[in-house]
Amino acid sequence: MIWDLHCHIATVPGRTPDERMYYLVQIADRMGIDRMCVYMGMKWSDDPTPADFRNQNDEVLQALSHWHHRAFGFAYINPKYVKESLDEIERCIRDGPMVGIKLWVAERCNSHDLDRIVERCAELKAVIFQHTWLVTSGNRAGSSTPQDMAELAGRYPNVPMILGHTGGDWELGICAIRASKNVSVDLAGFDPTSGVTEMAYRELGAERIIYGSDAGGRSFASQLAKVSGAEIPESAKKLILGPNLRRMMLPILHAKGMQA
Amino acid sequence: MTHFIDTNVTLSRWPFRRLRGDDTVELVKILRHHGVTQAWAGTFDGVLHKDIASANERLVHECRQHGHGILLPFGTVNIMLPAWEEDVRRCVEEHKMRGLRVFPNYHGYKLDHPDFARLLAMCDEHRLILQLAVSIEDERTQHPLLQVTDVDAAPLAGLLKLHPRLRVVILNSLRGTGTRNLNHLSACKNVSFDIATREGVEGLKTLAEKISVDRVLFGSHAPFFYFESAVLKLRESGLGEEQLARIRTKNAEALLLG
Repeated sequence: MIWDLHCHIATVPGRTPDERMYYLVQIADRMGIDRMCVYMGMKWSDDPTPADFRNQNDEVLQALSHWHHRAFGFAYINPKYVKESLDEIERCIRDGPMVGIKLWVAERCNSHDLDRIVERCAELKAVIFQHTWLVTSGNRAGSSTPQDMAELAGRYPNVPMILGHTGGDWELGICAIRASKNVSVDLAGFDPTSGVTEMAYRELGAERIIYGSDAGGRSFASQLAKVSGAEIPESAKKLILGPNLRRMMLPILHAKGMQA
Repeated sequence: MTHFIDTNVTLSRWPFRRLRGDDTVELVKILRHHGVTQAWAGTFDGVLHKDIASANERLVHECRQHGHGILLPFGTVNIMLPAWEEDVRRCVEEHKMRGLRVFPNYHGYKLDHPDFARLLAMCDEHRLILQLAVSIEDERTQHPLLQVTDVDAAPLAGLLKLHPRLRVVILNSLRGTGTRNLNHLSACKNVSFDIATREGVEGLKTLAEKISVDRVLFGSHAPFFYFESAVLKLRESGLGEEQLARIRTKNAEALLLG
């Protein structure tokens, strides 16, 4: 069982969300991937207005419309617009088919603007995914670090969260959230650098590691290799490829009556 | 078992992290397990060491002692060091190497440096394959005390007009700025690219559409990258068996014969 935490309909071929989703499913089939989490629309913006993130979520909803048995949607929101983000959570998650939120680079995640968003997601049991990167030469203003994530996770120790890209500079990212037991790491979207999965396994345990690709910017291949190529037990690889994500999503899937 | 010629492996220690396979015996074990019948091996010692001659000697020794006949040494030349031509001579005459590997960004020069043109001429004269590593590590995760930007390989297009028979392999070039390199060098028929850093869904298929599949080489960037990444890219590509066979082995075989 392989569930991919991290897929996009941007940067893949196709004129419409439907065409792009069909393409992604074809390649996922080739690589043995059963389910994909999809977020953000055809054209990205790093600091979207409410109208923009609503439009991007509409595109994802359209992409999912024929593929509910293969894909899940996360709502893209911007914590700079708390009320509108909360409204979007109601529209896409409470009243719609989406099962989580995607936070990108509009605002650092240690901001208290996220508090009401996290609290509402916890009520809905929605998955919280935060992009993080530690760029050696310095992050852009709104880009979150793993340390920011640890701060947020510390305010809500009972709410599961996902550290996108394992923080990019993964040796630092893993250490930064090691003590935050409610944080899992996303293996997606950085080079298949040997040792990342072994270190995450050693420091966090298999249950806190989740496979994702960041397709279409990345290949499925290079990101799957982080699991298949790792020198860890086969039982751990199996957990990372699917069951860990499924376990995190089951509460909201059950609440929505969705099959998994 | 499917066989591969891996045009992009590196021996010895990466300065910032221990890697599974930074011991030659272990690396060869991994390569053979996956069906690699030949691997073009550079050395991480060539990236930062100043005594390049000893780095190349150790490379040759490791290939002979532990290579099980599959490791083909590609010595390093650093044109910023004094009397670097002697390192070329030793690679050719003493070590009988088939090619060289250069790291212009770590060695601190641009490709418009006059000595780089001279190196190209020497490679041409001695029928050496020249491997140019555009990057080793993502710029964003480099150690703060060693920040190097990817090599701008665009000047090669002009330089190679003087050396139409010189065989050049661009390594680790297809990410970020590498796309620009690909655009600049796509018209240079004597330039090939390895696949280690090629990304995107069906990345190899789209690469083969942009340049001829004859110029695409299997390269894993092991042990820095998980070897499996390159293998899985072939599967993801959806390319036909004939095209895959070229990438896996035939293109590299042809380059060596060239």
